[in-house]
Amino acid sequence: MTGLDVWMRENPLVYIWLGSYAVALLIFAVEIAMVKHKRKITLQQVRLMRNAGDEE
Amino acid sequence: MAINWFKYAAPTTFYGLAGKLIPWFAVPAVILFATGLYIGFFVAPTDAQQGEFYRIMFIHVPASILSMFLYLVMAGYAALGLVFNTRLSAMMATAVAPTGALFAFISLWTGALWGKPMWGAWWLWDARLTSELILLFLYLGFIALHASIDDPRRADRAAALLAIVGSVNVPIIYFSVKWWNTLHQGSTIKFSGTTMHVAMQQALFTMLAACWLYAIAVVLARVRSIILERERNTAWIAELAEVKQ
Repeated sequence: MTGLDVWMRENPLVYIWLGSYAVALLIFAVEIAMVKHKRKITLQQVRLMRNAGDEE
Repeated sequence: MAINWFKYAAPTTFYGLAGKLIPWFAVPAVILFATGLYIGFFVAPTDAQQGEFYRIMFIHVPASILSMFLYLVMAGYAALGLVFNTRLSAMMATAVAPTGALFAFISLWTGALWGKPMWGAWWLWDARLTSELILLFLYLGFIALHASIDDPRRADRAAALLAIVGSVNVPIIYFSVKWWNTLHQGSTIKFSGTTMHVAMQQALFTMLAACWLYAIAVVLARVRSIILERERNTAWIAELAEVKQ
């Protein structure tokens, strides 16, 4: 048995939390941040296009 | 009062509706996540055979179900877009793909973390695991194919074909534990009943509902950006309050 095997059997809840739930919640947080960033960038582009159209 | 559902099949009307719906899905998702985690870790008892490690299933099972179901939703929207040439259907398919891919990744990741203490290996070329990995590749293929074609309508059609053909993988994943001799366990919850402890069921179904609500909220938020991007040259987009700011 490796050191990781011994550690995970001695600390199963820490292993589950850090390995599964913390990773899953981090993935959700990254996805939400990416969706918000995409909206911000898209809105900026649309505003730029609108302003450019107004100046013509 | 009759609701004209076709009204919301147009990006013009769906954009506003999606914006109003997001908090109604996002807030309950957060509450259900917190409730599900509380029941899963503080109320549900330790399993007699798997010890504490079984608690991974409260995220693994919902993620696996969502990864398969979202693929069918994506393929359904893609097919609608292909057959009826509806703009919003193709946009919805594009919006669903990244969330489905993330759920497929979470399913594989948490499965590996459960497999190490239970099977003694992070990964096995087992039928269920391999078909789920193929599902992740199908999602990535859909996203990559769509991104590689500049014309959005042509990209929609090409990616839709991949999504429709790839949907054959979903029943293969589901029935893999019945069709082949696999290490992966079969369904614990069946229509005929279950032997699972009631607190375990509560945690599992609460987390499943939370993942569903989260997926709907994030897909609605993403499709709003896609609508903005694709319809940016139209007059109604220029008249939006958030664009005028």
